[in-house]
Amino acid sequence: MGAYMSAERPRSTRIALGLAAGICLAPMGASALAAELHIANSGEPDTLDPHHVSGTWENRVIGDMFLGLTTEAADGSVIPGAAESWTVSDDGTVYTFALRDHTWSDGTPVTAEDFVFAWRRILEPATAAEYASLLYTIRNARALNEGSMEGMEALGVRAVDDNTLEVTLENPTPFFIEQLTHYTAFPIPRHKVEELGEEWIRPGDLVSNGAYTVVEWVPNSHIRSVRNERFYDAAKVAIDAVSYYPAEDRNAATRRFRAGEIDIQYDFASEQIDWLRENLPEETRISPYLGIYYYALNTRKPPFDSKAVRQALAMAIDREGIADKVLRTGELPAYSFVPPGTGDYGEPSYVDWKDMPYPERIARAKELLAEADHGPDRPLHIQLRYNTSENHKKIAIAVAAMWRQLGVEAELFNTEVKVHYNDLQQGDFQVARAGWIADYNDPQNFLYLMETSTGVQNYAGYSNREYDRLMDEADRAGEGAHRRELMHEAEAIAMEDMPNIPITYYVSKNLVSQAVQGWIDNTKDIHRTRFLSVQR
Amino acid sequence: MSAYIARRLLASIPTLLVIVTVAFFMMRIAPGGPFDQERALPPEIEKNVLAEYNLDAPLVVQYWDYLSGVLLGDFGPSFKYRDFTVGQLLATGFPASLKVGGLAILLAVGVGIGLGTIAALRQNRAVDHVVMATAMTGIAIPNFVMAPLLTLIFGVYLSWLPVAGWGGGAPRNLVLPVIALALPQIAYIARLTRGSMIETLHANFVRTARAKGLRERIVVLRHALKGALLPVVSYLGPATAQLVTGSVVIETIFGIPGIGRYFVQGALNRDYTLVMGAVITYAVLIILLNLVVDLVYGLLDPKVKHR
Repeated sequence: MGAYMSAERPRSTRIALGLAAGICLAPMGASALAAELHIANSGEPDTLDPHHVSGTWENRVIGDMFLGLTTEAADGSVIPGAAESWTVSDDGTVYTFALRDHTWSDGTPVTAEDFVFAWRRILEPATAAEYASLLYTIRNARALNEGSMEGMEALGVRAVDDNTLEVTLENPTPFFIEQLTHYTAFPIPRHKVEELGEEWIRPGDLVSNGAYTVVEWVPNSHIRSVRNERFYDAAKVAIDAVSYYPAEDRNAATRRFRAGEIDIQYDFASEQIDWLRENLPEETRISPYLGIYYYALNTRKPPFDSKAVRQALAMAIDREGIADKVLRTGELPAYSFVPPGTGDYGEPSYVDWKDMPYPERIARAKELLAEADHGPDRPLHIQLRYNTSENHKKIAIAVAAMWRQLGVEAELFNTEVKVHYNDLQQGDFQVARAGWIADYNDPQNFLYLMETSTGVQNYAGYSNREYDRLMDEADRAGEGAHRRELMHEAEAIAMEDMPNIPITYYVSKNLVSQAVQGWIDNTKDIHRTRFLSVQR
Repeated sequence: MSAYIARRLLASIPTLLVIVTVAFFMMRIAPGGPFDQERALPPEIEKNVLAEYNLDAPLVVQYWDYLSGVLLGDFGPSFKYRDFTVGQLLATGFPASLKVGGLAILLAVGVGIGLGTIAALRQNRAVDHVVMATAMTGIAIPNFVMAPLLTLIFGVYLSWLPVAGWGGGAPRNLVLPVIALALPQIAYIARLTRGSMIETLHANFVRTARAKGLRERIVVLRHALKGALLPVVSYLGPATAQLVTGSVVIETIFGIPGIGRYFVQGALNRDYTLVMGAVITYAVLIILLNLVVDLVYGLLDPKVKHR
């Protein structure tokens, strides 16, 4: 205000001028300053094309751009998105969606054809979409995608008219509506893809039907999205522009957060937890997350073809010790394969020794090993492998020490992530660390990993006829108690057989500035920018 | 002179060819491919993906396709970053690395040679010890310790400079990364200059110059320095190439969109084409800079003649 004051003018004039300037400038300031959000994303997206991504960090950028038939509310619950309402047939296999009247960011109306086009494209074998399997719930999707059926018109989706979409499923699928929030089910602008081919996702040409559109992408620097004025709910969107920074160095990103350059950091480094809890308690957000950290045991070869050995090793792990002393970021000890709180499942089927005191478990484990003819005089030598990371290493060291009590010698072997998963898929391991984050909030998404038909993702090579039968029946059962029961039974069998040793359930660890409003912690860790606002 | 340069450039072509070939086949030896990850690809999809990128062809065929592409200036698509070709990634990344690395080298040369000369002139006195002690710490402290320290002090506590981010190459975003990158180089160049200068100051021609009655400043700057700089220049060739192609650590910590991380990330992602592109860039730079070093030698040392 100094520019408006001069020593010669009388004091009252100065005050008047100052007030006048303040009154004039204030509203100008408020509207001229666009509300911008700065997010440290946990990685650099591979692409902006929803048909070629598979990571949570890509979901953050792409999910702000496109609107699926359903979408996530601020608390993670499923709400109508591009579809205003829907009806389900009596047998639960035919869904009819009424699309809301809205347009792409260039004004072209969004029609049912855009969805048909998108889903045919992602399932088209030539597209080689990495994540197409998520849509296998749709009739003929798997056969078409695997190439055993020809002609994408056979896919169970059709546009009844511009605003009505009809989807036919293979089986009644209780989690189908939830599944539609996932980016594999997003619509894409047919007119743009037909016009530009693979270039349709270039910032500048890109059009979206969601709250934001990407306008700039400098690789390894930032991605910038601005509000889509034509978004149907644009009036309620508070943030005008959002920048995503690929913050692979978590510590550097936390420093940026502290300096006020970043408003939200996803996935801060665990070792910072003590400092953060002490210095930034309001900003540190830790919340249960739908994921399981487990050790896969290669059941195809000795010694892990023996159930007694598998159970013994599982019992000997002090999960509370790992969660409280090694990780210390609020992860929960896992005694089941499906995390508690997973949609519509109730309490998972825990192992029957969950409440056995630890010393008793060790004694029992030794007995089991002796049964399998192993012990201090015939020690078990196994290889425990993990992919390079501080946390994986700490946990592996702790587990190896716990197993030593049983006379088991575990050799630790770490490789970078590509080699790790490559070897796992080839079955070239004995014990290996793995993790699984849910694609959708349903126990089937965890339990299917242990079905025989799952293929390479079933690292342990577990094959139990009864388990497969129960899961198959559950797939066809439709929503309700019967389905739940079947899955509980299947999980109980798996926890008895123990092909995969559950260690902890995941938590999401984020830093959220106090200036950000509208953030609600949820188990999917999804926080769409359209529901956020900033008050600086 | 121009014949010399032409000959050197021609001779570099077989060198480049060998580098490209060795790098190409070495990359493929590492287990795992660009599409291996936690979420396994169904086999049919994996087949299609590999076919799309020509990864199912015999290795020699892939090599030939790649080589012929490069000769026409096409470095291929990135396996990891689908929306960009390797050419585009290098074109956006290299200028950033060049800016940071180039400024760092200039800073290092200016300050390093200056400090080294002062230390040599005041050999074994207080100034010398202080300069050399500082140089030792500069060499001993790794940049992944120095960089966060700088950002904490200047970014978080003092708020004078941004903690990280490129900001389109704005000067305030360059200060800390350039300093962090330059510090170890300053230290090394200072030591090198000091040692070489001390030796040169004992040389016959310097004694002659002094005997002739020339002012000390002329003796040092006009005569001794040229000779003393020879080892520094040799060091600077590869050092410049290294700095200019980006430091993975500095670029990651400061969020600079350079090509330094392409070497490491590309290898970890098995992004074959990107790594090859980065390797070729680095190889070309080394070859060119070595040529420049040899030419500068000719300028500094009258005993060297290039024919």
